[in-house]
Amino acid sequence: MPEHTVKAFDEDITRLRGLIAEMGGLAEVAIEEAMRALVTGDEDLAEAVVARDKRLDALEAEVDTMAIRIIALRAPMADDLREIIAALKIGGVVERIGDYAKNIAKRVGEIEDRKRFEPLTLIPAMAEVAAEMVHDVLTAFAARDPVLAREVIDKDEKVDAFYDSIFRNLVSYMVENPATISSAAQLLFVARNIERIGDHATNVAEMVHFAALGTLPPDR
Amino acid sequence: MVTNAPPKMCTRDVSVWYGEKKAVDAVSIDIPAEFVTAFIGPSGCGKSTFLRVLNRMNDTIPSARVEGCIELDGDDIYASRMDVVQLRARVGMVFQKPNPFPKSIYENVAYGPRIHGLAEGKVELDAIVEQSLRRAGLWDEVKDRLADSGTALSGGQQQRLCIARAIAVQPEVILMDEPCSALDPIATAKIEELIDELRGRYAIVIVTHSMQQAARVSQRTAFFHLGKMVEYGETSQIFTNPREVRTKDYITGRYG
Repeated sequence: MPEHTVKAFDEDITRLRGLIAEMGGLAEVAIEEAMRALVTGDEDLAEAVVARDKRLDALEAEVDTMAIRIIALRAPMADDLREIIAALKIGGVVERIGDYAKNIAKRVGEIEDRKRFEPLTLIPAMAEVAAEMVHDVLTAFAARDPVLAREVIDKDEKVDAFYDSIFRNLVSYMVENPATISSAAQLLFVARNIERIGDHATNVAEMVHFAALGTLPPDR
Repeated sequence: MVTNAPPKMCTRDVSVWYGEKKAVDAVSIDIPAEFVTAFIGPSGCGKSTFLRVLNRMNDTIPSARVEGCIELDGDDIYASRMDVVQLRARVGMVFQKPNPFPKSIYENVAYGPRIHGLAEGKVELDAIVEQSLRRAGLWDEVKDRLADSGTALSGGQQQRLCIARAIAVQPEVILMDEPCSALDPIATAKIEELIDELRGRYAIVIVTHSMQQAARVSQRTAFFHLGKMVEYGETSQIFTNPREVRTKDYITGRYG
């Protein structure tokens, strides 16, 4: 894209995009580490995930400030405007994704007798797909790539299928052995959180599509 | 904002030359009666020239030559039977720099209706002057000093006086050529508010260098570049999702 006549405008936008990329990276790491902590029962790692969420909150606030500043001072138009509005919304959504990872990490200490739960192998696989969606959608934002954004949207079906299967699985544990109910319920919340992460990544994908083309992606 | 009403003005393949130089190149555009239409584009893109074609203002420039079809309510305004004085009453104009006559405020507004024979006697003329000044949002500020010279008013007031003068002859179309570029932000806001109030009563066409202004006051926007009209559409579409790359580069500040 050709540069703006006013160079500082380009610098502002680059900085805003950089903040979103940084947020995305942190969210992705938070999901992965929360999963590792969940599987291994590493409570120190879980605490570190919780602590690092503050950084995401601070970055979101910075994105808000930056976006408002650009709107006020530069009066952006057309694709610039769409991109800044998208960044503003994406910042909020990625912060939410971080919250879900944090919530998963907080449950790590509540799971007992890890070995008996088969879903503990399914959940990380599900989280891997969700983390991949988060990664890809931020790549799509950085590259202004609506095609990659569509691919992310399509991937959400996979996450939903995982959720259904994990849900049934955990319910059967609870039915067969009431002693598992407490841990199984915790894992159900974990699966639910990952499912929400997938939905949020889908929302971001829609915004990337909007920023790039000015239209929302057609419904599947 | 789809409308079935016929356009107030209709132009087809309009080209304008200044001597050998083609300033406007085959522009076709419909001016809706009920909306404000903004023309934007970099200096020298032909937008002001095209605006001036709409009430034959270019007739006064000897080297200017106009081709194509320009109709007002279906009548060719360049036809030989068209009365140009009458045309300019129907299609009024407001210029960049306020240009009141060096006469009283009252006379500035009364002059047009008087020469066009729109008023029978003093009472009617007074009524036209008051109504025009009211519509131009100036009445309350000048009602006690109608005999003062128009040139003694502030810039913004002078511009509103010029709008009152244009309104006084009951035009159907008002052309505005950068009406706010000589005004401060408050006077500009008053003119913009006025344009919004006049919308619907008159078809309004405004040329502006301020894209923010075009976005604020118009419902339709046309982007001109190098004499051609590049894109014409609903204002919100032009400023959020322009179809043409040249429009996008211009409005986002990447060109021009």
